[in-house]
Amino acid sequence: MARRTFSIGGVHPSDAKISRDCKIEALPIAPTVYIAVAQHIGAPAKPVVAPGDKVKAGDVIAEPGAFMSAYIHSSVSGTVKSIGPRKDLSGNIQTVVEIEVEGDEWKEGIDLSDTLVTDIPEDPKAIIEKVKLGGVVGLGGATFPTHVKLSLPPGKKCEMLIINGCECEPYLTSDFRTLLEKGEQVVVGTALLMQALGVDKATIAIEDNKPEAIEHISGIVSSFKAKGGKYQGIEVLPLMKKYPEGGEKQLIDAVMHRQVPSGCLPIDVGAVVDNVCTALAVYEAVQKNKPLVENSVTVTGECFPKQANLMVRVGTPLKYIIDYLGGVPEDAAKVISGGPMMGKAVANLDAATLKGTGGLLFLTREQTKRMPESSCIRCGKCSEACPMGLEPFLLRRLYKAGDMDALEANAAQDCIMCGCCLYSCPAGIPLLDIVSQARGQVMGIMRARAKK
Amino acid sequence: MSTTIIWTIAIISGLGLLLALTLYLVAQRFKVVEDPRIEQVEKAMPGANCGGCGFAGCHAFAESAVKAPNLDNHYCPVGGNETMKQVAGILGFEIKEKAPMVAVVRCNGSCDNRPRINEYDGSLSCKVKASLYSGDTLCAFGCLGCGDCVEACRFGAISMDPATGLPVIDEEKCTACGSCVKACPKGIIELRNKGPRGMRMYVSCVNKDKGPAAKKACAAACIGCGICAKTCTHDAIVVENNVAYIDFAKCKLCRECEAMCPTGAIHGVNFPKPLDKEAVKARVQERQKKAREAAAAAAAEVKPEVKKEVDNG
Repeated sequence: MARRTFSIGGVHPSDAKISRDCKIEALPIAPTVYIAVAQHIGAPAKPVVAPGDKVKAGDVIAEPGAFMSAYIHSSVSGTVKSIGPRKDLSGNIQTVVEIEVEGDEWKEGIDLSDTLVTDIPEDPKAIIEKVKLGGVVGLGGATFPTHVKLSLPPGKKCEMLIINGCECEPYLTSDFRTLLEKGEQVVVGTALLMQALGVDKATIAIEDNKPEAIEHISGIVSSFKAKGGKYQGIEVLPLMKKYPEGGEKQLIDAVMHRQVPSGCLPIDVGAVVDNVCTALAVYEAVQKNKPLVENSVTVTGECFPKQANLMVRVGTPLKYIIDYLGGVPEDAAKVISGGPMMGKAVANLDAATLKGTGGLLFLTREQTKRMPESSCIRCGKCSEACPMGLEPFLLRRLYKAGDMDALEANAAQDCIMCGCCLYSCPAGIPLLDIVSQARGQVMGIMRARAKK
Repeated sequence: MSTTIIWTIAIISGLGLLLALTLYLVAQRFKVVEDPRIEQVEKAMPGANCGGCGFAGCHAFAESAVKAPNLDNHYCPVGGNETMKQVAGILGFEIKEKAPMVAVVRCNGSCDNRPRINEYDGSLSCKVKASLYSGDTLCAFGCLGCGDCVEACRFGAISMDPATGLPVIDEEKCTACGSCVKACPKGIIELRNKGPRGMRMYVSCVNKDKGPAAKKACAAACIGCGICAKTCTHDAIVVENNVAYIDFAKCKLCRECEAMCPTGAIHGVNFPKPLDKEAVKARVQERQKKAREAAAAAAAEVKPEVKKEVDNG
């Protein structure tokens, strides 16, 4: 039987998961960490420590600045040296808390043992509160505060929770390794999310280029069915590999055959989507009292001599990670934070990791050099590839003409910046750059209008 | 045969007359009476439709100007005072003459001054580049060099200098419409008073980094040391967020700040004579020394009061 996938567009880049056999190993703690106060979508957190304060790993160092914000915890034990501006990976200035590491002491009450706790608390509010206190944000890339996602707007009902194990980005393997090594925890985390949302059905969606993970998680899910309760409603669904399957709206289409209309949220069609690493973070926050202070990062690339999946404390300088694995290879021309499709080129290797950092990818000049731009030949490949059903070639023309009304009418604001248009364009036109500009401007106009 | 031709001519002519009559009647019936001054004003305008006045184009400007009680909120930067005088004449208003302005690029981060640490391979647009990262150099504030301003200029007044990688403004062509100011995502370009015979002073840097970081990023950066502000005897310079700014309304073009600036971030343009830095420096230092001595003498006389002032400050 042909596997399910999303119905509109998509591309098939080579998956290049060369680090798939590398176990997640813990990276030794860096001598100094730099924890940014803005690591999530929404308002930056407000620092609650002062230079000179002693902190332990798991201590709150910044509190949410608004409803749409998240707690930030210290990922190490040591002394706060300064709170001030520092350049992030794109060279822009961010406020960071600099902590000099001394030993590795954890805050009391955090359970660091491997014992699996499978009992689900009854009260959904208590789960959401613990998720909030744990500073959990979506680890699929958007770093949306999870407690906000779990607090459903009044009148909305969730019909299905989808756990996103697609990892459709080429090269990245941290979700895959998490599924293999922490599968039980992910399944318990799934049940916790179900309890918080008050939903009885959950689907763990995994692309079929990861058969080991599908088999492993299926085994765990069927063995957990005996426990009853929320565990009975969990299913594993293998999906056909296609990029960008891990996109929220694409995944809902693939799993539930429902389209999220323009301007709507997944909950409007009864779905909530969370990443597998988010499920793990929820498990740790709720069952182990352990806040989100470390995440798994894939360090990979054909030109990089040592592939690795590392458990990295939040705020570790990128340079420290790279030096630990032997430094930047000579023929690497570009370092990307994240995957090759949606990741961001790193302009500053002194920058530190964030909660949402999922990978560090090294590419050579041949791999990254863009082809020279030529004229659009109206082949329509970008429209075919766009998973949101947009027409990137048209949006480009409208943007060049400065027609904002037409851009809005043609749904430039729906762009998910997956890069399929740029990937498929035979003329080398920087469609993604232009469409994401258009998206930003249209969204700005829409926000301004909503304020009035 | 001949009857067919005659009939054809007759029918076509009749039809033409009928339609002409209909058109005439419709035109009479739906005639829009427009203030004739609108057309007059529009004719007096440069017709560039650049939007520099803040209206959608020259016609929109004319419409609004005719209705306005005075011309305080209407100024065509392209036509300048001459055009405005004509417009005022048509409408019977009086106008205050405005000093002509010119666009000024406040970045001197040329390839020599600002070492490139990254290579950009994306879409050749400053807006796109600015949304992706802070730029090719350590300076997160300076010119990105993709030429959005060149594209925005409708008067062909801006060009990129390949040697420096920075935009150059042709003062003759610049009309101070402000399109480039809006186009620059880094806010580097500013409209400043053209100054007497084009002479003007400005700080050619907008870097808000602290001194050492700014200096590391660019040899010509303003490091916010404040020497210029201390030197200025006209109170025209303020240092805010580690960057100096010269108020063109107060500047008396004495060029002392330019001579004293340790990084050469302050530029004076169109002066007839080159600046003799050493001489001006010596003069300023002499004056400052005298002022210090005088202050010390005054402090020795009325010490308690001075101390009180310091406490308050």
